[in-house]
Amino acid sequence: MGAQKKTFIVTRFDPDKDSVPRKEKYEIPVEPHWKVLDAVNYIKDEVDSTLSHRCSCRMAVCGSCGMSVNGEAKLTCKTALSDYGDTVEIAPLANFPIVRDLVVELEAFIEKFQKVKPWIIRDDVNDIAAGPYKQSVEELNVIKQFSMCINCMLCYAACPQIGLNPDFIGPAALALAHRYNEDSRDRGADERRDILLGVGGTYDCTFANECSEVCPKDVDPAIAIQREKFLGLIHWARNFVSPKKGGR
Amino acid sequence: MDVVQHDIIIVGGGGAGLRAAIAAVEADPKISVALVSKVYPMRSHTVSAEGGAAAVARSDDSLELHGYDTVKGSDFLGDQDVIQYFVEHAPKELTRLEHWGCPWSRNEDGTVATRAFGGMTTKRTWYAADKVGFHMLHTLFQTSMKYDRIVRYDEHFVTKLLVDGGAVHGVVSLDIRTGALKTIRGRAVVLCTGGAGKIFPFTTNGTIKTGDGMSLAYREGVALKDMEFIQYHPTGLPGTGILITEATRGEGGFLRDKDGVRFLVERDYGLGKKAELGPRDMISRAIHQEIKAGRGCVGPYGEYVNLDLTHLGEAKINERLPFVRLLSKTYVGVDPVKEPIPIRPVVHYMMGGIDVDITGATKIAGLYAAGETACASLNGANRLGSNSLTECLVFGARSGEEALRYAKNAGSANEAVLQEQAKTEVARIESLRGRKKGGERISVIRRELNQAMENGCGVYREQKTMQTAVAEVAQLKGRFADLGLQDESKVFNTELINALELGNMLDCAEAVTVSSASRKESRGAHACADYPNRDDQNYLYHTLCYFGAAGPRLDKKAVTLGKWQPEERKY
Repeated sequence: MGAQKKTFIVTRFDPDKDSVPRKEKYEIPVEPHWKVLDAVNYIKDEVDSTLSHRCSCRMAVCGSCGMSVNGEAKLTCKTALSDYGDTVEIAPLANFPIVRDLVVELEAFIEKFQKVKPWIIRDDVNDIAAGPYKQSVEELNVIKQFSMCINCMLCYAACPQIGLNPDFIGPAALALAHRYNEDSRDRGADERRDILLGVGGTYDCTFANECSEVCPKDVDPAIAIQREKFLGLIHWARNFVSPKKGGR
Repeated sequence: MDVVQHDIIIVGGGGAGLRAAIAAVEADPKISVALVSKVYPMRSHTVSAEGGAAAVARSDDSLELHGYDTVKGSDFLGDQDVIQYFVEHAPKELTRLEHWGCPWSRNEDGTVATRAFGGMTTKRTWYAADKVGFHMLHTLFQTSMKYDRIVRYDEHFVTKLLVDGGAVHGVVSLDIRTGALKTIRGRAVVLCTGGAGKIFPFTTNGTIKTGDGMSLAYREGVALKDMEFIQYHPTGLPGTGILITEATRGEGGFLRDKDGVRFLVERDYGLGKKAELGPRDMISRAIHQEIKAGRGCVGPYGEYVNLDLTHLGEAKINERLPFVRLLSKTYVGVDPVKEPIPIRPVVHYMMGGIDVDITGATKIAGLYAAGETACASLNGANRLGSNSLTECLVFGARSGEEALRYAKNAGSANEAVLQEQAKTEVARIESLRGRKKGGERISVIRRELNQAMENGCGVYREQKTMQTAVAEVAQLKGRFADLGLQDESKVFNTELINALELGNMLDCAEAVTVSSASRKESRGAHACADYPNRDDQNYLYHTLCYFGAAGPRLDKKAVTLGKWQPEERKY
């Protein structure tokens, strides 16, 4: 069985040595069933142990291994290598500072993520003796899709607005805020409103829909953001008519 | 060298670590907790758990039944006081997760739904479709963000515990992002770093599961307990080892041989009417025997049997098992709505771990452990599916609270001794980074270690193969000392991390092989071809494995029995 070979052009960057990223070429044997991540792991293990990347679960749920493959943001453990030709370009995710090689800086995202208060807000949250809250299947279905985000950051790499406006809170974090706002158990929409409608919030989204296109988990952040905009408008209108406390 | 100070240090940001951190800050509004993790917490391997978390919820169930199922599942090696505590606290902990927003699947009346699981008498496994670990982990991580006093050290790799006078006083930690080492001082440390499944070649475990916490404790003289008990999950995808959840069988899936026969029903494997809902150790052995008898199918990645879900129908599969459908399609090209899924037993979980008591405490004052990395002896010789996610919560919370209680009265440390220890550790790491002089490679030693473990400590073991594995691991430890590294850079040097992880894996593998070879009986997941029976007369004890410079030392610890005396384990 003659092993098939492919050439990988991989972005390398070591701030201790390089002033700008460079590209390195690796020609390696590949297996028909491989995902893109298998090739990166092979290079790391067998060819060049100085290559740095992140990965763990290899089953499309930990969200570590997002990279740019031939210019597109991909979760590499889920992406079949057979979809690509003899030469494949692998680079770090776009729109993030590079830490090293294929590893990008996530701190800014984590700050945005925390900013939208992604937790249940209500007074009796620790009243365990009362037992679980009830939630209907319909109520669960409202948040289900938006609770599937694995924080892989592909949507930030694809979002044109993030590229132009680094203050934009961005797709995953806004979708998560929507997920909590829409949770029948949550009472925190008022607390999140200023963040969602303020600078960098939902109105910075231009509805390019790129985030939903690249999402490997079908979360559809673009729809979540549009709904938040709409709900923000409703709240404004209600307040305008009857200037009391809003809520949902 | 930077020194930072907190009250409590939690190492590991998965289910147990996050729960411990939240428990500590909720119990004391002034305390500061360092949460140190080698990955961002939402990457932790808890994320890959699929099927559910067990806790009594229905009127036809009782704590007594959950307790008995767990004791029997453990093949009577579980400590019954620990099991009692666990089943009592399980419903409260899962309710807490519900209050924190975990999207549990629901019954029509809005109550939390439960499903059947292996070895459990009734439906007591709470679930969120088939992504339970993912939802629990993200719920915990997001909830932890409420607390400013949980100070995260993301992508920090702990290389050493600072221990003096029989008490722990902090850790030395490598900031992966910058390559700088720092001392994190604290009056108590909780290890929540998960298992070491990556010592095996074919495992459901992610790359990060390298037994780091086990090795840290082992190196400081804490025993690793019951390390011979390695759980093979019956249903992993051939080739990758990706987990296909037991919930597939809980929802009514069948296991079939190459002729379509439901072998767990048609042939006697001691499972009786349980059939596909038997415990994992027994089903993995049944599959192994089917394959050995020539009744398996042959595929590109070896022999396998079939997991048939086709009779469940597309609607049920999409509602209850959507992730299984995606995994099957993506990683073996099979749509379970139309065809059976090829599966084979795969290394999944370690029943053993750091020897702790019911409070999570080790023999070093201030040092605690919880989750898969710990062995409180909840699981004995075989864990029941869906007990481990709950274990992370129940004992994560307990150890966080106990660490806090200890920290409030902890004695002071000898600063000079700790500084000297930290200095020595920095020198060790600095000299390892980019050390070119060695002739051995990480990937080669790792591959040989994997092979030795599979040959010696598989579904079935025998004295001869276990002894060979003991010798091979010892030899690999020797070769590890001659490791050659290429990467001299400080920033995000994953070669250095991989080298440190490999050292940790070798420690765990040593404890697994030596403990396995010492147990000349078959109990739970430890099935010896040459000692096929359980031997309560001579082996109803926990194995303790202590680190020694000249090789490990073994000891015994009594099993805490209670209302259930050992009996023949038949379903």
